[in-house]
Amino acid sequence: MTMELLVASAIAVLTAAGVYLVLRGRTFPVVLGLAFLSYAINLFLFAMGRLVIDRPPIYDKAAESYTDPLPQALVLTAIVIAFGMTAFVVILALRTFLETGTDQVDGREDGEAQP
Amino acid sequence: MSAHVPNLIVAALILPAVLGALTLLLLRHRLGASRIVSLGSCLALVGVAAALVAHASGGAVESYALGNWRAPFGIILVVDRLSAMMLLLTSVLALAVMSYAVATGADRKGWHFHPLFQFQLLGLNGAFLTGDLFNLFVFFEVLLIASYGLLLHGQGATRLKAGVQYVVINLVGSTLFLVGVGLLYGVTGTLNMADMAVRIAAAPPGDQGLIAAGALVLTVVFALKAALVPLHFWLPGAYAATTATVAALFAIMTKVGAYALIRTGTLILGEDAGPLAWLAADWMLPAAIVTTIVGFVGLFAARTLRDMAAWSVLGSMGVLLSAVAVFRVEAMGPALYYTLHSTLAGAALFLVVDLIAKRRGQHGDALTVAPRFCQSELLGGLFFLSAIGIVGLPPLSGFIGKLLILDGVRAAPEAAWIWATILITTLIGVLAFARAGSRIFWKSATVEGTIPVRALRGRWKGVGVAASLLASLVALAAFGGPVTTYTDATATQLFDPARYIEAVLGERSGGRR
Repeated sequence: MTMELLVASAIAVLTAAGVYLVLRGRTFPVVLGLAFLSYAINLFLFAMGRLVIDRPPIYDKAAESYTDPLPQALVLTAIVIAFGMTAFVVILALRTFLETGTDQVDGREDGEAQP
Repeated sequence: MSAHVPNLIVAALILPAVLGALTLLLLRHRLGASRIVSLGSCLALVGVAAALVAHASGGAVESYALGNWRAPFGIILVVDRLSAMMLLLTSVLALAVMSYAVATGADRKGWHFHPLFQFQLLGLNGAFLTGDLFNLFVFFEVLLIASYGLLLHGQGATRLKAGVQYVVINLVGSTLFLVGVGLLYGVTGTLNMADMAVRIAAAPPGDQGLIAAGALVLTVVFALKAALVPLHFWLPGAYAATTATVAALFAIMTKVGAYALIRTGTLILGEDAGPLAWLAADWMLPAAIVTTIVGFVGLFAARTLRDMAAWSVLGSMGVLLSAVAVFRVEAMGPALYYTLHSTLAGAALFLVVDLIAKRRGQHGDALTVAPRFCQSELLGGLFFLSAIGIVGLPPLSGFIGKLLILDGVRAAPEAAWIWATILITTLIGVLAFARAGSRIFWKSATVEGTIPVRALRGRWKGVGVAASLLASLVALAAFGGPVTTYTDATATQLFDPARYIEAVLGERSGGRR
């Protein structure tokens, strides 16, 4: 029971932090927020295979039962994709800052009027 | 014939994947060779897709098990009428857009246009072919990462700004996609869509809340891709900021969202899903109606022709999804016909607008009165035709599409809403395009002098490509009979998923149950 509670609240906290940061105005917090969201998702996907302790995911003669191997494969894919995307967003945000002179997501400094 | 079908299915993925990678590695500095390879790949894909349509039109559903891992354990590619039709639409559009890019030199404005284009096709084809929910996520990512590259093609401050917003919103969408997939996997224990359909139909009542949550999260993600209000905010900015060539290709991107909504809506949440049947319909229909209104009213807020094209893409998505969201077999066929039309018409409009903008010098595509420009009469005619196409007036296929949709939704209880929306927004669209056309062509005709054009690359070839897209609308109207027969048969197939399930899971399942 404790493990479920811990995992669930970890996912909740990560998601909350991610959503809050994604809604910020500047690109750097947004990138961090996306990273938090992807961590939350990785944990979530992992938990979807049910939380089991000390069980092998692949065939083993001595094993009595197994944990679901599929979510682990999914998480691996999701990690790779999220990692690549984060790298891309960082470069894109940097490039935008250099070209437009502002790191606001909407491209305007605070208080600046609609163009 | 049918022995080749599995090879054709894989060819639709292998071809762009291998050629894209080869272009990137070997032909990076050889534009001429890249162009030949890209055009060749697009042509070959048209052939592959046409062969698949010819096969699927008989009603057969073919599947291909990647690595020969049988369903539901491996990843399955499936071709039914809908997939084959979307493949053909994608490849025809890609061929036209690629020809335009080559003709006008749009592919020289940045790096790696050709490899990105091929990877985009890989993602699109994969998304239309896959029968596996997680694989759908992967192909969505492939097409998105390629689209990020294409969107930023040529760069510039506005494009980068719009690019950041587009990328961030799609990354959040991808995260939500994983939530939905995770929930559905956690409950049903499968990722194969056909297998999932069988298991949801047999799900105990206790699990149905979670299934509904997962399915609705997925619907939200697909609605984001399809730019359904209130998830449409990314579309006008992104489409108006990118190059017209890329925007024309992106006309198919929103249709990927529509395709996913149709596929999951009829297969996973079809009538066999018991209490969960047509779960998304209650939310989709009001959203689609508002999308139609927002899209066509947005035409009046546009300050440039490119903005207008972007808003009209949004409006046509609304019309399309209104017909989808009633989830009736007699409305689905027209919706699919309208999908074909609105993709080609949207792309044609973007290309014509680009042709006009290139010839107006510093005036670009702004809705201002400016002196005459070269080929003014010809482009005026093309603009007139593409406006007719996108708004949906006779004699082009948009009119037939809208008429069929109005007829198809007649039996639905919400018919009055859809009728009123479509008819009124069509009028609004006519007014907006008439205003824009009269300002750019008629009022400008009274201004003294002409705008000189510098060396204009592909003056006639570019016009030719745009005109051929418009000709495809004429063809779609002229061959309306055979096309609607096909789309109606597609709708019937979609609403009877037993055949699909049998093709994926094999005989043992005996279809459903």
